Amino acid sequence: MANFEEYKNIWVYTEQRGGRLMPVALELLGEGYRLSRERGEGAKVCAVLVGSEIGYLAEELYAYGADMVYQMDHPLLKNYTTDGYTKVMTDAIKAYKPEIVLFGATHIGRDLAPRIAARLDTGLTADCTRLDINTGNYMKYLTDYTTASSSGLEANDGNKGLKQTRPAFGGNLMATIVTPNTRPQMATVRPGVMEKRERETGASGQLVKVKVELCQSDIQVEVLDVVKEAKELVSLTDADIICSGGRGLGNAEGFELIRRFADKVGGVVGASRAAVDSGWIDQSHQVGQTGTTVKPKIYFACGISGAIQHLAGMQTSDIIVAINKDPEAPMMQLADYAICGDLKKVIPELIQQWDEEEQQ
Amino acid sequence: MKIAVCVKQVPDTNEIRINPETGTLIRDGVPSILNNDDANALEQALQVKDAQPDTEVIVVTMGPPQAKEMLQECLAMGADDAILLSDRALGGSDTWATSNALAAGLKKAGPFDLIFAGRQAIDGDTAQVGPQIAEKMGLAQVTYVKAFELDGAFATVKRALEDGYETLRVKLPCVLTAIKELNTPRYMSVPGILKAAKADIKVWSADDIGVDKTTVGLKASPTNVFRSFTPRPKGKGVSVEGDTPKEQAANLLADLRAKHII
Repeated sequence: MANFEEYKNIWVYTEQRGGRLMPVALELLGEGYRLSRERGEGAKVCAVLVGSEIGYLAEELYAYGADMVYQMDHPLLKNYTTDGYTKVMTDAIKAYKPEIVLFGATHIGRDLAPRIAARLDTGLTADCTRLDINTGNYMKYLTDYTTASSSGLEANDGNKGLKQTRPAFGGNLMATIVTPNTRPQMATVRPGVMEKRERETGASGQLVKVKVELCQSDIQVEVLDVVKEAKELVSLTDADIICSGGRGLGNAEGFELIRRFADKVGGVVGASRAAVDSGWIDQSHQVGQTGTTVKPKIYFACGISGAIQHLAGMQTSDIIVAINKDPEAPMMQLADYAICGDLKKVIPELIQQWDEEEQQ
Repeated sequence: MKIAVCVKQVPDTNEIRINPETGTLIRDGVPSILNNDDANALEQALQVKDAQPDTEVIVVTMGPPQAKEMLQECLAMGADDAILLSDRALGGSDTWATSNALAAGLKKAGPFDLIFAGRQAIDGDTAQVGPQIAEKMGLAQVTYVKAFELDGAFATVKRALEDGYETLRVKLPCVLTAIKELNTPRYMSVPGILKAAKADIKVWSADDIGVDKTTVGLKASPTNVFRSFTPRPKGKGVSVEGDTPKEQAANLLADLRAKHII
C-alpha cells in the first residue's frame, strides 16, 4: 500500500488540441478547485498542461481557478500520442505524487487515462458525473437526489477518499466508486457536467516547468495527419432547447420535421441511439450514455421511448416534453409534459402555433 | 497472421427497464448479446482473414460459463477458435484486474500479430480494458478505430475524434479498439453455425493462464463499488389535454408561457 501521506493536491489534465484548451479542461478546473477546498489541509488544484510551446495557456488556467500549473513542453508532444503523453504524465505523477488526477472523458482522455492508471497500477473510474470528498456532502447528495439510504455513513467520519459517482448499466443505475488502497485516485469526467468558475482576469499562480525526458523511440505510433471534419455544428451541451427524435420518427425524413421544429424554436437537433444506429442522423447528434450528456431548459423528446441509456443523458433537463403514441413509454412517465399522439401531427401544430404566440 | 479478438457478453441495455416500485434493474428476460463494438472488432479481423486466408482468428473472453453461447456466435461468424477465461478467482475484477487476466490469457494463446477489441462494453461503458491490456502486454494501442488498412508489418488506421479524425501508422503487433463506424458486422453463416455447434471451446482457469492471483478478482481490484443506487425519479408530470393535436399544442404552449418557460 502506498504511503498516502506523500500524496497531495488535485491535478487536472487540461487537455489542449492544436494549442487550444478543450472546454472540459475549464470545467474540470472548476470542479478541481471546489474539491481542493473541500479536501482542505492546503490542497491545491493544479492544471497539468502537456504539449509543445503551450506556455501561453497558463494565464487562462489561472484565470479559471488553477493554483498551480505543471507544464510539460517538448517538440515530440506537439500532437497527442498515447505513448508520449503516457510517459511524461506517468513520470510526473511519480515525481510529484498528486492525490487525485482528473481527466475529461474525451476521446483523448479516455485513451490516455486508462494507460496511465495501468502503468501506475492504480484505480480509474470512467465517465464520472459527480465527485465528493466530504462524506457529509455525499450523504446530502444521496438523500436529496437518489433513492439510496445514507445509513451506515457518518458525516464527520474524516474519510477524505474521493467518492466517484457514475452512471452504470447503460444509465439508470448509478454507482459510487472508491479507490481505497492505491494512489493517486484517478477519474475521467464527462464533458458538460461540471461547472467552470467565473473567469478572473489577471489571476496568477505558480508555474512548474517539468523536466521532460522523451525521445522518438518512446513513441510507437506515427501521426500522419489530424483532420478536422466540417461537421454540422452541433452544440448540444450549450443548447437551451433541444428537439430530439427517436425511432418513432420512422425514417430519416422524420428528421426534416425535427429540423424545422428546432429552427422554429431556436433549438438544436438531438437524437436517440436507435435513430443514430438506423443511420437516420449523424452520431454527433446523439444524446445519452454513449452520446452527449445534456441539460437544456427544454428537452422535446419526439418518438423516443426512453431506453435508460438515453434517459441517463438528458434526465436532468429543466423541462422535458415527450411526444409519443405510447402513453406507457418510459419517456412519457419521466416527462413534465406528456403529449400522447402522433408526432407528425403534433409537431407541425407546435411549429405553427409557436409563431402565433409570438404575434400576440 | 494470427489475430486475437477480445469480446464480452453483455445484457442488451436497450431492453433493460427499471422497476418503478423498487428502483432496481429488471434483468429477467433481458437477452445477453455479443457487445456491439466487439462485433465490429471481430468483423475487422475476419476481413483480414478474407484477404489473407491463412489468417487465424481467435476470440477471447472472460466471464461465467454461459459466455460460451456468445463465443459460439463468434465462431459461427467465422472465428477459428474461442477461449473462455472462467474462474471464481477472476470474479469481481475491475478493469485493471480484468486486463491482468486477459493479458495473461493472450500471452498463453499468442503470440498475436494483431489484437482487436471493441472500444467499450455497453454495460460498463468504461473503454478502459483495451488500453489496459495494451499496457500490460507492452504493446502500442489505437482506440476509436474507424478505418483500418494493413500495410505489411504496419497498420494505417483512422482514429475518430469528436471533431474529426487522426490518421496513424502503427507497427504490428498492436492493440486496436473498434467503433461501429469501422464496418458492418456480418451475420452468422449456416455452415458456421453447424461448425460452432460442434466446436470445442477452450475454458481456461486462473491457474491455466498462470496469472498472479494477487492481481485478479474482487480483492485485488484497486477500485471498489462503494454504493449503487438509482436516481430519484422526477415527480410525475402532467398529461397534456386536448382532443386534437391542435388543442394539445395550444395547451402545452399556453402552459409553458404561463410559467415563463418560453
